[in-house]
Amino acid sequence: MRRLEISGVSKRYGDVVALADMAFDVRAGEIFGFVGSNGAGKTTTMRIVLGVLASDAGQVRWDGAPVTAETRRNIGYMPEERGLYPRMKVGEQLVYLARLHGMPATAAQAAMRRWTDRLGVAARRGDEVQKLSLGNQQRVQLAAALVHDPAILVLDEPFSGLDPVAVDVMSQVLRDKAAQGVPVMFSSHQLDLVERICDRIGIVRDGSMVAQGTVDELRSGGAERLIVNAPKAAAGWADHLDGVRVLSYDQPRTTLELAVGADDQAVLRSALATGPVHEFARERPSLTELFRDIVTVPVDDATESNGGKS
Amino acid sequence: MSSVWLVAQREILARARSKAFIISTVVLVVLIVALSIVTTLVGGSGHSDATVGVTGQTASLSAPLSASAKSLGQTVATRTVPDEATGRAEVNSGKLDALLVGDGSTVQVVVKKDLDTKLGNVLHVLAGQVAFNQKIESLGGDPAEVNAAVAAAPVRVTSLQRPHAYNTQQLVLGIIAGILIYLSLLLSGQMVAQGVVEEKSSRVVELLLSAIRPWQLMAGKVLGLGIVGFLQMVVVGGVGLIAGLATGALTIPASAAVGTVVWLVVWYVLGFLAYALTFAAAAATVSRQEDVSGVITPILMLVVVGYVLGISILPGDPSSGLIETLSMLPMFAPTLMPMRVAMGGVPVWQLAVAVGGMVVVIPLLVLLSARIYRNAVLRSGARVKLREAWRAA
Repeated sequence: MRRLEISGVSKRYGDVVALADMAFDVRAGEIFGFVGSNGAGKTTTMRIVLGVLASDAGQVRWDGAPVTAETRRNIGYMPEERGLYPRMKVGEQLVYLARLHGMPATAAQAAMRRWTDRLGVAARRGDEVQKLSLGNQQRVQLAAALVHDPAILVLDEPFSGLDPVAVDVMSQVLRDKAAQGVPVMFSSHQLDLVERICDRIGIVRDGSMVAQGTVDELRSGGAERLIVNAPKAAAGWADHLDGVRVLSYDQPRTTLELAVGADDQAVLRSALATGPVHEFARERPSLTELFRDIVTVPVDDATESNGGKS
Repeated sequence: MSSVWLVAQREILARARSKAFIISTVVLVVLIVALSIVTTLVGGSGHSDATVGVTGQTASLSAPLSASAKSLGQTVATRTVPDEATGRAEVNSGKLDALLVGDGSTVQVVVKKDLDTKLGNVLHVLAGQVAFNQKIESLGGDPAEVNAAVAAAPVRVTSLQRPHAYNTQQLVLGIIAGILIYLSLLLSGQMVAQGVVEEKSSRVVELLLSAIRPWQLMAGKVLGLGIVGFLQMVVVGGVGLIAGLATGALTIPASAAVGTVVWLVVWYVLGFLAYALTFAAAAATVSRQEDVSGVITPILMLVVVGYVLGISILPGDPSSGLIETLSMLPMFAPTLMPMRVAMGGVPVWQLAVAVGGMVVVIPLLVLLSARIYRNAVLRSGARVKLREAWRAA
């Protein structure tokens, strides 16, 4: 299977380490969500993939071979710093960008029409970009990433600033692209969205990938929780149980954390011993909780000072 | 290469449609047409320097007067008036500059207030001639014969260095050439700098550089804007040439005029390349339009200095040694050489040195600017120091 591999990529800005041995891969036909707090290194990674920035070490490969300028022309890119020519018309601009990526003139025209239709800005083709609302400029920016029919998509925060309708359109576009066998990689702070549409997720901290996998894999990696609703149970009823830690006791509900290998049936028996049990549920941490756990581990101040350039 | 051309095409379209460009072209065309019309009206041919009236008695002096005037490089028209009183009235009303009175054996002149110095010189020569002729006659000679012998006496000149005879028209042409190339370098050079910063400030540059290389973007921009400036120059220069020849303001041979325009174009291309590359690199180090002038002014000063020196020294001293030397240096050649070429008399070796210098410097500038541009163009925010831009990989 074709893969976009980022292996051992490092980058420093002076004394500040932006990326340290960043490594992950995005497979063809998969949507890969890239999450991490501000300044973690997401944008730097994407810029290096696009060749807009040179890495100090490491390699970016596509289909086993190092990414070249020719490969990069087939990447659809949405930079974090949005940018289009403010005084150029929407249609002309998209055609121009498509042609810069190597598309013939007629195909570029057709693609421009297709994407402006699909993203709902067809009526604005003849307008200068600066006359559009921010939301519509954002849609044009998306069209700019998609118009040359890219073989790889790298999008830095494609959902920020979009209204709910546009978010749906965008999600569908990403799914369609993935279904065509395109590896799609995007960063976002909207974790619910990431959880919903990504096949796999990578969490970055301090310029390194600290966790990656499918949503299920990531969630099962965390400690398992039990919610027990036993109205008659007194506080401290579960304190003596093996492999169990009480997270909260909030009458009638107790939240417990189970160590790996702990016997949940023993917990149930103890609960029943106190009286009726109305609810007994396993709960996995949400992506948001996972994210918080991973990224709130105290870090060096140095990473934060690099926030603007991440 | 096709990417470079795509970028160039965009620049051409964007610029040619812009109001600033259309307005500046129209203004330049109007200016140059107006200039050639004004030149014709003011300097025009067929006008004489002075009109002198002669009476019936002094009519015999009118031919020697014209001849004397001619020998001094002036044209004096003569007109016979019915009698002295009418002549005096015309002098008083300003219709005549002077009136020759008396019997024609001496030169007596009536003027309104003062005798114009130039006309005075002419009359002085005339008076000498008249006295000379009378003396020859009294000695029994034939004045016509003597005068013919005097006129035919040759002066053989041997020049060690052949000087160039500068013609006023060519001086004017040189000044116009200087203004044109100065304005073109100034306008199109700034367009390049502003274009580079526009891409940086609108942040579109990152998107562009994900598709093409920095050198392609820079080369396309320089090429596109260069073509626009070139067309503007050809239109303005061409219209000026046609207007000059049509109105008769230009009486120098058409081939010399065409030669000036051709050299103007050559120097525009060389000068634009050198300056545009430098402007592009300098502009890449800043991120806001407000900061552009700060970085390009030092470079612009070279254009301005060349132009100002040329325009202030050349008309008075076309063979100035200082200008001759400066016009062979790459940074001044684009502004000074076209002026000198238009004035004529530039030795071939000097032209060769000037063109050769540019041909050597331009590839060096390409390497230098491409490197600075590549390293600086994606760094937004504060101004990038030149040394950093040079070093950073």
